[in-house]
Amino acid sequence: MNWLDWLLVIIGAMVGAPLRYLTDRAIQKRHDTVFPWGTFTVNVCGCLILGLVTGATAAGAASPHVQLLLGTGLCGALTTYSTFSYETLRLTENGAGFFATANVAASVVAGLGSAFIGVTLAEALFR
Amino acid sequence: MTAPEPEVAAARMTAEPTDPDVDLHVPAQRRQSWRAQGPIVAVVALGGAIGASVRYGAGLLWPTASGAFPWTTLWVNVVGCAVIGAFMVLITDVWAAHRLVRPFFGTGVLGGFTTFSTYALDIQRLVDGGHPRTGLAYLAATLCAALAAVWLAATVTRRLVAGRQR
Repeated sequence: MNWLDWLLVIIGAMVGAPLRYLTDRAIQKRHDTVFPWGTFTVNVCGCLILGLVTGATAAGAASPHVQLLLGTGLCGALTTYSTFSYETLRLTENGAGFFATANVAASVVAGLGSAFIGVTLAEALFR
Repeated sequence: MTAPEPEVAAARMTAEPTDPDVDLHVPAQRRQSWRAQGPIVAVVALGGAIGASVRYGAGLLWPTASGAFPWTTLWVNVVGCAVIGAFMVLITDVWAAHRLVRPFFGTGVLGGFTTFSTYALDIQRLVDGGHPRTGLAYLAATLCAALAAVWLAATVTRRLVAGRQR
């Protein structure tokens, strides 16, 4: 068992999870629509950062330790699938089917898009 | 097991929040000061560390070979979605829990356990590595299984709760 690896994941998550909570709070306070902009924002930002980290690691510019701290720990805890799916369920149950569908489509498209952009950007920067 | 009466069901529908992390429709939550936020942020960090550690451990136990279907991340996300579906019903309708339980477990543990970024990067890696069909199958399978899991867990839990309360 490599204790440093676990420690890096834990430190990353201890930053990522509260960052998600505070970002969600700050964004939800500033709009009155039912669309879950808070979760959408953290998920898309997390995909972009993880894309950058993965691209940098692949290019040899970041060590596996950085990948564990920022990737597995920070981005893993910053982004969430459970809140995303629960919010989609609640939107559907409350009769906001359009917003539920929009949430799923926008999260997947924007999340994937930012992941691809992150990797491409990092490879261009570090290679 | 009998279905709850429509009015009861409707009341429950509105009782459960849309956002499990922050429910700013509650005026008291909107006004919370930094001093009140401190303990919440702390338990979210602690829960996040626990959730992320379990996810990391699962990845070490069941590693995914490059180019293979990422089953571990799929199951992590699906299990996390099922648990939040049941948890939110219990904490809203049944269990008058301490105010830090929801941020600790829902926002922290489950949020730290499940991941959207690894899901997106798994797809990117599969497509980039010449496995676009596996990537597409993984994209759709995770989405369908996660949404089915949260719906099924919430529905079953509500039925069980309604059956017990009658």
